[in-house]
Amino acid sequence: MRRHSLQHDSEGRLHHLLTIEGLKRQQIIDILDTAESFVSVGDRQVRKVPLLRGKTVVNLFFEASTRTLTTFELAAKRLSADVLKININTSATVKGESLLDMLHNLEAMQCDMFVVRHADSGAAHLIARHVAPHVSVINAGDGSHAHPTQALLDMFTIRRRKGEFAPLTVAIVGDIKHSRVARSLIHALTTLGVSELRVVAPKTLIPAAVESLGVHVFHDLDEGLRGADVVIMLRLQKERMQGAMLPSEAEYFATYGLTEEKLALAKPDAIVMHPGPINRGVEIASSVADGPQSVILEQVSNGIAVRMAVMSMALGRAPAEGEGA
Amino acid sequence: MNITIQHGRLIDPANGIDSHTDLHIADGVIAGVGKVPDGFSADSHINAEGQVVCPGLIDLRARLREPGGESRATIATETAAAASAGITTLVCPPDPSQPIDTPALVDLIRHRAKQSGHARVLPLGALTQGLAGQQLAEMATLKQAGCVVVSNGLQAVESTQVMRRAMEYASSQGLTIFLHAEDPWLAAGGCAHEGVVSVRLGLVGIPEAAETIAVARELQLIEQTGVRAHFCHLSSARAVRMIARAQYDGLPVSADVAVHQLYLTDMDIGYFDTQCHVRPPLRSQRDREGLREGLKQGTVAAVCSDHQPLGPDAKLAPFPASEPGISGLETLLPLTLRLADEGLLSLPEAIASITQRPAGILGLLDHGEGGTLATGARADVCVFDPEPYWELRADELQSAGHNSPFLGWELKGRVSCTLLAGELTYHTCD
Repeated sequence: MRRHSLQHDSEGRLHHLLTIEGLKRQQIIDILDTAESFVSVGDRQVRKVPLLRGKTVVNLFFEASTRTLTTFELAAKRLSADVLKININTSATVKGESLLDMLHNLEAMQCDMFVVRHADSGAAHLIARHVAPHVSVINAGDGSHAHPTQALLDMFTIRRRKGEFAPLTVAIVGDIKHSRVARSLIHALTTLGVSELRVVAPKTLIPAAVESLGVHVFHDLDEGLRGADVVIMLRLQKERMQGAMLPSEAEYFATYGLTEEKLALAKPDAIVMHPGPINRGVEIASSVADGPQSVILEQVSNGIAVRMAVMSMALGRAPAEGEGA
Repeated sequence: MNITIQHGRLIDPANGIDSHTDLHIADGVIAGVGKVPDGFSADSHINAEGQVVCPGLIDLRARLREPGGESRATIATETAAAASAGITTLVCPPDPSQPIDTPALVDLIRHRAKQSGHARVLPLGALTQGLAGQQLAEMATLKQAGCVVVSNGLQAVESTQVMRRAMEYASSQGLTIFLHAEDPWLAAGGCAHEGVVSVRLGLVGIPEAAETIAVARELQLIEQTGVRAHFCHLSSARAVRMIARAQYDGLPVSADVAVHQLYLTDMDIGYFDTQCHVRPPLRSQRDREGLREGLKQGTVAAVCSDHQPLGPDAKLAPFPASEPGISGLETLLPLTLRLADEGLLSLPEAIASITQRPAGILGLLDHGEGGTLATGARADVCVFDPEPYWELRADELQSAGHNSPFLGWELKGRVSCTLLAGELTYHTCD
C-alpha cells in the first residue's frame, strides 16, 4: 500500500507535479527559490545548464497549446535534456487503454519525464498512476482541474513584485467554473496564506461550493476589486456565449471587463495578471493589458524559470546552493 | 426431489418468521416449515447449523449486457455470479443496446436465463420505442410476453406530454413503471455530484436538483394518472423526503437505493478514483444519511445492487471519460447484512429489503413467486453463514465485471447454498 501522496516519493520529495493541492507551503517556496536561481540562465550567452543532460523529456499534448508547450520545451532545453514533442490529434477520441499503451511504449524508449496536457480532468493523475516508478509526470493542464506550473509562475511573479504573501488581497476575475488555472491559483494562494482571496464573476461562471476552497465570492466587479493588491483576469472562452452562460461579449465586458476606470478601485500599486491568451475588449481593455500595472509579459518569461525548477526538482537534480546561476 | 434444510435460523420476513426450524421442499415448492408435513420424506438434507435460511434474494436492478454486450458479460456469467451471491431473481432494465421493446427480445433474455439455469431474469419492458422517448412501446404485447414492469431505463423521457401518456397507458394495462429520476439537461455532461469534490477536481457536476426536479415532475404525473410507480436507485436525501411526503399523501409510489449509495460519498472519489464513477453519482454525507434514514423509515423499501459489469478498460481512463458503474451482485448481501451489524436495521429488516420488499414491488409476493417461504411458494432459497469475514478480491469475483470500489474491503457473511425452484444453483457445503 502506498503511504504517501501520489506526487511525493517515500521521502516526501516531489516526484510528480499534478496539482498544487497537498503541497506544503515550504515546498512551494522551495520551487520559487529554485526558479529564482534559474532566472539569470536566460541572460547568459550560453543559455544552458547541464542538470538534465542525458534525460529525455516528452511533451505529451492532447490539447492545443502554444505558450505552455513552448515554455516547457525551452525550459527542458535550457536544462540540457533531450526533448520529444508528441502532438496527439485532439479530434480523435483517445481511449484510456490506447493512452496507457502509448505511455508504456514511450517508457520502453527510456523516457524520464512526461509533460502532459489533456482535455479531461484527472488525466495527469491517471498517467502518474500507471507510469514506471522512475518516470515523473508534470501536469501541464488537465480539463478544468489543475494547471500547477501556471499557478507557480504566477506566485513567482507576485513574489517578485510584492515580496510577502501574507498582507495581500487577491482578486481572481472571470470564468472560475471552467478554469484549471483558477483552481490551482486558489490552492497556491490559500497555502501561501494571503490575507484575502476573492473570486469575481456572475453565478453562471462560479462553480457550486467554491467557498469550500477558501475564497470569498463577489458578483460585483467594483466590490471585488476594491482595495486589491493583485488582480488576476481569466480568459473567457467564446463557447460560453452558447449554453446560456452569458448573454454577449459586449455585456460581459461592460460588467466584468477590466478597464482603467475599474482598475482605479484597486490599490494604486496593484498589479494586473492574466494567464493568456488575452481577449482584448472581452475581459480586459488593451490600455490595461499594455498599461503600467500589467505584468502579463513578465508572467510569460517567468514561466521558463519556474518550469526549469519544477522539472529539475522532480528528476532529483535541483541545483545545489549557488550552482544554478 | 424432496429436500429438508435442517437446523438453520429461518428468517422469512414475509411471514414474520425468525426461529430455528427446518424448511421442507418438495418438487421445487415449499412444502412446509418446522414439523415434517404429512407424507413428506426428504431425499436429501442440507445442514444449515449456524447459518441463516431466507428467501432467495431479488435484485431490482442488474445489467446483464446480453444481447449486445457479450464481450463484457453474458447472462450465463452474470446469473452464475448472482447464484453465488444468493440471488435467485434479477431484474434487467432496458438500455439503448437492448431496449427490450419487442417480445422477441423479452423471449431471448428469458430463454438465455433459462438455459443457464442459475437465476430467473425478469426483463423490464420498454416504456417508449427504442427508449427514444417519443412513441409508446407496445406495452400490452410486452406484458403478454412476460414483462410485469415497464421502464425507460436510464434514458430520459424529455417530453412531459409523452411521459404523461406513457403513464396513462401503462396504468391502463395494469403495469408498474420503474423510473430513473434525472433531469437530462441538468445532468448533461456531468460525472460527479455537484459539490465540494466536483469543484476541487474540476469535474462537471450533476446537481441534486437533477434528481429532485425529475422526482417532482413524475410525482405530479403519477398523481394525475394513478400509475403504480417505483423510483430506482435514489441518490439524494431531498428526493427521499419528497417521496415520503407523496406516500403520506397516499400516492402509489415506492423506491429503492443502490447499496453502494449507503456506504460511499463523493469524498470517496479522492483523486479521481474511477471505481467511484457511478450514475446517479455518489452524493454528500448528508445524502447518504438521508438515504439510510429513508431505508430505516421504510420510505425506501428495497436495496439493489445496480449491477453494471464492465471490462477492464472501461475504468482505465480519465474520470469523466471512464464508464460509470459497479459490478455489484456479489456485494449486495454482505453490504446489506452490514446495515444490521451497524444497527440501522434488524437482521430480518435487512433481509426483507432484498427479498420480501422487492418481491412486493414486482408483484411476485402474492403469487408465491419469490420473496417468501410460505407453503406452496416456489422454493427460491438462500442459505448463508452470517459470521465469516472475507476480503473482496477482483480475482475471486464470479461476475465478468471486476469493477468495484469495495475491492479490498473486509465483508461479513457468505452464501453457502442457493436454491432456485428447489434446484441447487450454488453450494459450498454438501
